Amino acid sequence: MVAAYKALFNLVLGFFLVLSLEGVGRKITARVQRRIGPPWYQNFIDVFKALSKHPFSNGWVFDFGVLMALGGAMATAMIVPMGSTTWTPFPNSDNFFVIMYLFAVGALGMAMGMVGSGNPWASIGVSRALTQMLGYELPYLIVISSTIFYYKTASIHKLVELQKNGWNLLVMPLGGIIAFISLMGMLGKKPFDISTAPAEIASGPMTELSGKYLGLLHIMHVFAMFVEVSLFVDVFLGGGNLGWYLVKFIVVWVLAVLISSVLPRFRIEQMLKFYWGVPLGLAFLNALFVLLGWTL
Amino acid sequence: MKERTIWEQIADSFRSRSIWMLHYCTGCGAMELPPTMTARFDMERFGITPMATPRQADIMLITGYLNTKTLRRVIYTYEQMADPKYVVGFGSCTINGGIYFDSYSTINRLDYYIPVDVYIAGCMPRPEAILEAFNYLMEKIRKGEADGWKRYKENYDWYKQNQIRSLGEVYVHDEFHE
Repeated sequence: MVAAYKALFNLVLGFFLVLSLEGVGRKITARVQRRIGPPWYQNFIDVFKALSKHPFSNGWVFDFGVLMALGGAMATAMIVPMGSTTWTPFPNSDNFFVIMYLFAVGALGMAMGMVGSGNPWASIGVSRALTQMLGYELPYLIVISSTIFYYKTASIHKLVELQKNGWNLLVMPLGGIIAFISLMGMLGKKPFDISTAPAEIASGPMTELSGKYLGLLHIMHVFAMFVEVSLFVDVFLGGGNLGWYLVKFIVVWVLAVLISSVLPRFRIEQMLKFYWGVPLGLAFLNALFVLLGWTL
Repeated sequence: MKERTIWEQIADSFRSRSIWMLHYCTGCGAMELPPTMTARFDMERFGITPMATPRQADIMLITGYLNTKTLRRVIYTYEQMADPKYVVGFGSCTINGGIYFDSYSTINRLDYYIPVDVYIAGCMPRPEAILEAFNYLMEKIRKGEADGWKRYKENYDWYKQNQIRSLGEVYVHDEFHE
């Protein structure tokens, strides 16, 4: 029963935290561009307004895809630990691979629903999003594999406990940097916002989404980002109690927003060349260091 | 006007603070939008952001004159938008044809074909005027007076009749879109 309450708390905190941080990110981007920018609660207004509209459906595959995306992302957000064993809803199933597999349910639900809308832009956007997934997941998974090999566990809250004496980022700095670059791709931040590029492919997968569907998918995106940043904070920055966890979450988020606010966008093949070039090579180098025991 | 329920009032206040726009940039009014969006006038502080497709958008900006070809596309786009939707007519061209009023193909009065919520006078309106109009539109949405989308539903026959009178056939059949 306690686990259910903790999981619910995960969802509530993830929703409010990430939605306010998105607003803060818009404000930061605006300040970087010397604008005033919207208030920090702008994204709450956006989501609730989107939910108040009268949308069009594109058939049951589309409806089901949107619900599957939201459900997958919510299920993943429920099991991701927030910084310590106390705030781990399901200590027996917070294995990294469980989270990764559940996470794919949301992404594939979105892909299915958006292709079900029958719009060519949506198909192009989905194919770009899946290509980008292929790009960032390879270096990311190699870094995570070396982490799992180093700590001899794949359970996230055990990884957090084992980092009591030093963050994983300090043990393998190379791996941490590569994971952050992959995180930028996961979040869809500026050099890697290829799948939703509004000026090229009319916001990609979201082309045919109206009103409530857009709101639901925005909430799905919020939970997805909560999971991605939480994983980085847990695996590389050593989690911490709830307060420290929030501080680390906010720092990682603001860093990603600052980087994204000054960069233009990659093309899809440039993105793949980038990820499968230097980051992948360095990830292999990092794995070699871990295997040889040359860690800090 | 019908009394609004409390939920409609809340929804209207959300709608007034988060306006996603679709700009139909055929006319010279499009030139005034980049300064309105960027650092000097910054419309994002009111929650107004450009959106890529009509499905996602709340307001449509008709920035300048329309002719019989572009009016047809405007009607397609307007009917693709999700309710509640609002239309802003830029400049004198959408009011009475502006300096093109006696051209053989120009649509003189936009209000005959789709309901317009706010007009901006001027040729072309400056960014200050555009922001003034957006503030006025937000006020109207908050009070529930911006009911163009309801008028379009109620008087659909009248609008359709006007559209057919000017365009002959509203939906053009071509083999590419069949």
